[in-house]
Amino acid sequence: MSDPVPEDNVLSIRDLAVDFKTDIGMTHALHDVSFDVPRGKVTAIVGESGSGKSVTANCIMRLIQPPGKIVSGKIDFAPIRTDGYDIVALSNRDPRLLDLRGDLISMVFQEPMTALSPVYTVGNQVAEAILCHRNVSRQEAWQEAADMLTRVGIGDVSRRIHQYPFEFSGGMRQRVVIAMALVCQPELLICDEPTTALDVTIQAEILTLIRDLQQEFSNSVLFITHDLGVVAQLADQVVVMYQGRVLEIGTVRQVLKDPLHPYTRGLLAAIPGLVQKGSRLETIASVVGDADLETPYPLTHMADGRQVSLSPTLLREAGHE
Amino acid sequence: MRFYIIKRLIGMVPTLLLISMIIFVVIQLPPGDIVTSTLDRMQSQGVEVSAEQIINLRAQYNLDKPFVMQYVSWVGGFVIGDMGYSYLFSKPVNELVWERLGYTLLISISALLFTWVVAVPAGIFSAVRQYSIGDYLLTTVMLVGLATPSFLLALIVMYAGYEWFGISIGGLFSPEYRDVPWTLARVGDFLSHLWIPMIVVGLGGTASTMRILRANLLDELHKPYVVTARAKGVKPLKLLIKYPLRIAINPFISTIGLLLPVLISGEAIVSIVLGLPTTGPALIEALINQDMYLAGSFLMLLSVLTVVGMLLSDLLLAWADPRIRYE
Repeated sequence: MSDPVPEDNVLSIRDLAVDFKTDIGMTHALHDVSFDVPRGKVTAIVGESGSGKSVTANCIMRLIQPPGKIVSGKIDFAPIRTDGYDIVALSNRDPRLLDLRGDLISMVFQEPMTALSPVYTVGNQVAEAILCHRNVSRQEAWQEAADMLTRVGIGDVSRRIHQYPFEFSGGMRQRVVIAMALVCQPELLICDEPTTALDVTIQAEILTLIRDLQQEFSNSVLFITHDLGVVAQLADQVVVMYQGRVLEIGTVRQVLKDPLHPYTRGLLAAIPGLVQKGSRLETIASVVGDADLETPYPLTHMADGRQVSLSPTLLREAGHE
Repeated sequence: MRFYIIKRLIGMVPTLLLISMIIFVVIQLPPGDIVTSTLDRMQSQGVEVSAEQIINLRAQYNLDKPFVMQYVSWVGGFVIGDMGYSYLFSKPVNELVWERLGYTLLISISALLFTWVVAVPAGIFSAVRQYSIGDYLLTTVMLVGLATPSFLLALIVMYAGYEWFGISIGGLFSPEYRDVPWTLARVGDFLSHLWIPMIVVGLGGTASTMRILRANLLDELHKPYVVTARAKGVKPLKLLIKYPLRIAINPFISTIGLLLPVLISGEAIVSIVLGLPTTGPALIEALINQDMYLAGSFLMLLSVLTVVGMLLSDLLLAWADPRIRYE
């Protein structure tokens, strides 16, 4: 397998596999997950619940906790600020792990209501991110925290920085979490469904904010979502996941306009539009039909640079020689 | 905040008034009073008592007045700092209670500290290393501690101390220091005696404190805010203390006030076994002999302490938890 053009990737995930040991046996949360995150671009992972999107994100941050375990694979991380390494190979006590978390890579979580500790002020928690990674005084850290909070759209910062998370609305809290994630200017920002818990108008604001900030800081973003509308708005690259595997990788135009995998077509068809009253919504199953989703076919490189996991028959139909 | 404290202080008045009524009624409930128990004692010694003497005695102890008047004079005296006269010890109650109350408080507070110093690290360890050998071992030891009655533990410690270390551990002082004024040497002697009641009284609460902290911490360890902080790159030990532990410890702050009465009643039994000059043994003796003023004063003072303790633990909790402060 050789890439046609050597690309500048901040992250290359290869054959990543994660197991969760449960009372009823082993659950394979991820198997043979491979994709790249190009530098300076937005890569979206889409998939339904349980497809392994969040597990993948947690692997990158090494946040997989027992009973979960990374069983194999590697995540090659190539930051600009420092030498690259394989994240999977780091030991739990490796000091590079603490630099990785929050400084080189940071994460915005799904639940803004519970992602902040209720007993510390917002300023304390944002400034802590700076104090963890840089040798600056407390005042300087707070000043930078205040600047970043202003940048993410929190007004009256001199007062609000001393307030507690429960004094903020959900959308405002997510802004605080984003400020906390960006304050060290990470090379890769992972957003794990950052708008799922918010109502629609706030969702749009947060998405605009993330896009603006990505353009301003030109960092790489890995955006996890099940919302294809969000993908269309934000992403450059799309990775489609299903049951812990990657089904299709391509540019946002390729995947949304001309999906190769029947499952991706199913996802697209299942978006509820302004359909006629009384007509039924499409289900993925009705579109996927008899395409085989259970057999893990390897990802195949297509002529136009995208990758897809299909049965040999479907692969020939898709124009692969 | 100041308004809140004033409100709470005013609220304490009716609470304490109600407690005082209950104490007064309950102490009077058993048949007889201090005069009948005095008469019993005199008659058993063969002293003949005339009816006139009995009436005089009753008048002397205010027992001829109506029930309500007795209560009013007791409470009224209490407010101005005169707690009445102990017939049992033939001394004013004021002279009797303070030193004993001081020892009781000292033992209770040091037992509380012992409980925390042992239970908090043990609870953290067994939560962080859940289902490890250490977790099971600690839990087993703690449950044995919980299941052992404190008076039995007191006896075991006394026996062990005498048998193996040759020290007499009854009381709070060695004989040579018992009735001398306070000196540095006497303080040292006191401290060398204090640790036994401290452990014996404190051990019972250690097991439950540890288990509750373990459960609280296990609830918090995997909360999203902990994951956020870990993703931020906070070092593991600081992470544990600043985030989950800080929340897991809050419920204990609110129970400090509630713990005080438990410790004090636990202390009473241990004090009898160990022969300590605290409130417990004196209170029981006063109740048996129906020495109303002494018993009532002890109970009243302990109630005041408990109510004040509750206020303090509420203020402490408000200080520790902004969610409560802002309500």
